[in-house]
Amino acid sequence: MTNDNKQTKISLSGVYKSFGNNHVLNGIDLSVNKGKSLVVIGGSGSGKSVMLKTVLGLIKPDKGVIKVDGQEVNNISNKEQDNLMRKFGMLFQGGALFDSLLVWENIAFALMQKGKMSKSDAYDLAIEKLRAVGLKSDVATRYPAELSGGMQKRVSLARAIAEDPEIIFFDEPTTGLDPIMADVINDLIVKCTKDLGATTLTITHDMASAKKIADNVAMIFEGKIIWHDSVDKIENSGNEYVDQFINGRATGPIEMQL
Amino acid sequence: MSIKEKTKFNPITWVLDVCEAIGTTITAFLGGIGRIAIFAGKAIYHSFTPPFYPALIMRQIINIGYYSLPVVGLTALFTGMVLALQSYTGFSRFNAESAVATVVVLSITRELAPVLAGLMVAGRIGASIAAEIATMRVTEQIDALVTLSTNPFKYLIAPRIIAGVLMLPALVFVGDIIGVFGGYLVSVYSLDFRPENYIHKTWEFLEYDDVMSGLIKASVFGFIVTLMGCYSGFNSGRGAQGVGAATTNAVVSSSILILIFNYVLTQVFFS
Repeated sequence: MTNDNKQTKISLSGVYKSFGNNHVLNGIDLSVNKGKSLVVIGGSGSGKSVMLKTVLGLIKPDKGVIKVDGQEVNNISNKEQDNLMRKFGMLFQGGALFDSLLVWENIAFALMQKGKMSKSDAYDLAIEKLRAVGLKSDVATRYPAELSGGMQKRVSLARAIAEDPEIIFFDEPTTGLDPIMADVINDLIVKCTKDLGATTLTITHDMASAKKIADNVAMIFEGKIIWHDSVDKIENSGNEYVDQFINGRATGPIEMQL
Repeated sequence: MSIKEKTKFNPITWVLDVCEAIGTTITAFLGGIGRIAIFAGKAIYHSFTPPFYPALIMRQIINIGYYSLPVVGLTALFTGMVLALQSYTGFSRFNAESAVATVVVLSITRELAPVLAGLMVAGRIGASIAAEIATMRVTEQIDALVTLSTNPFKYLIAPRIIAGVLMLPALVFVGDIIGVFGGYLVSVYSLDFRPENYIHKTWEFLEYDDVMSGLIKASVFGFIVTLMGCYSGFNSGRGAQGVGAATTNAVVSSSILILIFNYVLTQVFFS
């Protein structure tokens, strides 16, 4: 791990989280450097999503320190939380679009809530972001439920980048999409994050996606980071867990809980 | 040998087991009350602190107030009608038929309109709030609100609670009038009361406090229904089953709380 402090955007050290007797995070140590793309791979139930949500403050960790831009974010007020969230964009696994709002209202949601933008400006910005994710402007006045899964993902991506965030999280961005659409989304993620110069943290179990968008890859297993290095070393990681995962073998050190 | 020992009845462990079961139930119950109280406190705090969302409050006012009118109106109408019939049967046994109008108006304004409207709204609104918010929880829309710098308490919960507290009294006021009118219809057209007599009797013993206490009750019930709907939805479990359970919890808990608070408030007002 390269740990130049000036460059570290997000860091987690010794983060633990349990739900009852279910110990989900068992001392996560991880850092993401500014402007880099880190992809965290791991099986279902390995704690990927919970880890992401602890950084966003959606889940409070039991123990450990989480820092964003060198500032601790574990116990901050509602107001500080709101301000912190302005640095973040998040693409949820299921899209999490507000189904009672039109597509453009979804994209411009944060901007309109703050009242810092007029309705027509917000609409124009939403159209611009729709174009950035390869959608036509006629989608803007439809409801999310009227769109296909791939289009919903794109709208969700447009919403995540609407405020030009410094940090973007992607929660399984390609899950549930056909391979071609998955590749389209991967390309969009690479393009959008490069355009913004954003730091990104992606969790996925799609290796094609990981190889395409990652600068660095970390593997999480049983609530711990067991491997973290640059993406070109993943084929020769020398770690049997990583080998088993990226080659998708049923047998190996990782035993599926059936 | 050891199995035999285990299955053997031991009065001391039995007593301890019973105590433990009672203890866990009570602590779980008290824990639940505590969680609801904290949730209620947060909901109230966020209802009074900016930012406010007038458009969302308006939408909930229309949803809770306007669209509940038919349900509450019909309930009040038939309750007033049956009340006139039943009290007539009773009072005619000792020649006190003239008290029908007074009984109808007092029962409707003080008890029946607020309680029945509260229960109907618990079924209509409490369930829909719980299902909507639980679905938003399950599909991560509530998490998405937070990541878009929007407090879900202010955006989702405060508008519903404000609308509930304001609109239930309005509904009950309309229900009062319709309920009294129901009693009037039955008395005049089926029991041969003279219309002017019935209306006179309705006003004669009616006091300001009778109506007001009903409206205050209604406001409290509006708070209970919207709060329990939001609480159940917000803390919903995962999946379709979680949404179903949240809906059931919202309706059952708010109905029971309405009946309990109805007694408590009546005790406070009239003792």
